[in-house]
Amino acid sequence: MKIKIGAGILAFFALAAILGPLLIDADPAATGDAGLQGPSAAHWLGTTQTGQDVLVQLVYGARVSLGVGVLSAVIATLLAIVVGLVGGYFGGAVDEVLSVLTNIFLVLPALPLIIVLAGYLPQRGVASVAVVIAVTGWAWGARVLRAQTLSVRRRDFVEAARAGGEGAFRVVFFEILPVLLPVIATSFLATVVAAILAEAGLSFLGLADLSTVSWGSMLYFAQNGQALLIGAWWWFIPPGLCIALIGTGLALVNFGIDEIANPRLRTVKPVKPVKGVKPPREGKVKA
Amino acid sequence: MRFLLRRLGFYLLTAWAAVTLNFLIPRLMPGDPVDLLVARLKGNVDPAAIDAMKRAFGISDANLWQQYVDYLGNLAQGELGRSITFFPTEVSTVIAGSLPWTIGVVGVATLISYVAGTALGVLMAWKRGTWLDGVLPAATFMHAVPYFWVALALVFVFGVTLEWFPVSRAYALDVVPGFTGEFAGSVLYHAALPAITIVLASMADRILGMRNVMVTTLGEDYVVMAEAKGLTSRRVMWAYAARNAILPNITSFALSLGFVVGGSVLTEIVFSYPGIGSMLLKGVENEDFPLMQGIFLVISLAVLVANFLADLAYVILDPRTRQ
Repeated sequence: MKIKIGAGILAFFALAAILGPLLIDADPAATGDAGLQGPSAAHWLGTTQTGQDVLVQLVYGARVSLGVGVLSAVIATLLAIVVGLVGGYFGGAVDEVLSVLTNIFLVLPALPLIIVLAGYLPQRGVASVAVVIAVTGWAWGARVLRAQTLSVRRRDFVEAARAGGEGAFRVVFFEILPVLLPVIATSFLATVVAAILAEAGLSFLGLADLSTVSWGSMLYFAQNGQALLIGAWWWFIPPGLCIALIGTGLALVNFGIDEIANPRLRTVKPVKPVKGVKPPREGKVKA
Repeated sequence: MRFLLRRLGFYLLTAWAAVTLNFLIPRLMPGDPVDLLVARLKGNVDPAAIDAMKRAFGISDANLWQQYVDYLGNLAQGELGRSITFFPTEVSTVIAGSLPWTIGVVGVATLISYVAGTALGVLMAWKRGTWLDGVLPAATFMHAVPYFWVALALVFVFGVTLEWFPVSRAYALDVVPGFTGEFAGSVLYHAALPAITIVLASMADRILGMRNVMVTTLGEDYVVMAEAKGLTSRRVMWAYAARNAILPNITSFALSLGFVVGGSVLTEIVFSYPGIGSMLLKGVENEDFPLMQGIFLVISLAVLVANFLADLAYVILDPRTRQ
């Protein structure tokens, strides 16, 4: 159930990002005369200070926010696959070096590093921002994939491939990689959400491409346009809510998977003791 | 002891990596920091500023290795260069002025969020199936909320609409800093909303993580055994189950610190709180590279120290690491 709800939320936002701009044919940057209008029939989510339609911005911004998230997650996941699989498969000194590198990037605070790197970028386009986020965001995936590779590398089919004379490159990327695809998919999704958050933070600081509309840049202009002081809640609530909902969707999918693996985590109604009948005892019931 | 020494070795290595990264970033990123600065100020730049910046980064005509050695030498003497925004103030002075604010708010808020989140997680696992389960959906939602958005929402509700709390600065304009009750009160009053933001945004991770591990631990034989012995439920809950369940929680807490610090940087900026996060933004906006890099270094080292403290807590709680 949790998985379904979570996947539904994620699918909704993916569809909105892909199809939304096709359905709503409007320019998100187009200004209008009616600034700072609350939600109405003409503007479902009201307008910004310069009369831009918040809903149109939200839908077009989804494309940029999700786009940056997916792009940097693709780069980060490729890095994670190479580092995690190579380290886990070869072991020894190679693994030591790659593990230490992974752990260093896990410990170093990512956002301050992203901010510093972005500070040096001469042009802060969508692609360069995605690369900067990816460079700081691959370590978690690499750590998970390394652990999984360790558990797979001695399995029979890998030994068979090796005995059959397949080269190390082929064994790693054509025998082990396909087995790890579910793990890669989960870690990819988590990286997308982390990247969306990082992009939003960076845009909110005005350190990303502010000429394109994204959820982060909407929040940047809302903050700088004094949306809070004016009380224009319809301007800054929706973008943050969308980010939080995407994160919730992913969390629900993850928790759902955890609950399948470990049924104890499910929330259950306590069994009410009926007079004369002993309540069933399983594990710990005292509540 | 061996566990602690190994961790210490790793943190020293990471500290060295952060320092080296700091040295490499200006050299690897496109654009020369000195040229960028000159271009930004359209040539109107104090030669002394350029000189100071070159010295801080160890930029010279010498080969890369010599530059690296010079840079390490400067750093060893605490020389982070001079800030360009606040020229000719030393970067270390700027950081020393803003760091206490950040450590105060972020440190206290993180501790509160950890203790409260963990305790709530324990209770939710213990009282599974009661109304406490209602916290779960809220925690699932809060765990993905951006810090700065929580900050904006709190400013809107409690700062602007209800006017319960101030929404910027660290203390009121008309209060003279000093060891007075008035000043302390003003500082606490101004720190309330930023601290609540960090607590709200970071607590959900602790609640969910602790609940899940605790639920699994409650099924262990030694917990059933403790109950069978007739121990009080409080004793079973805290001394038997929670003490074991908290170990993975400490590890994940340590790993999440970098994330909390990142969120706190954004939170400070929303509240114009004069901490290190606001300084970092100021540095980036003014292309003040020495300031930016000095702050990144200090934040990284602070996170490493916090990680080491978490390891110490782990050793105190888990006798197996003390062998």
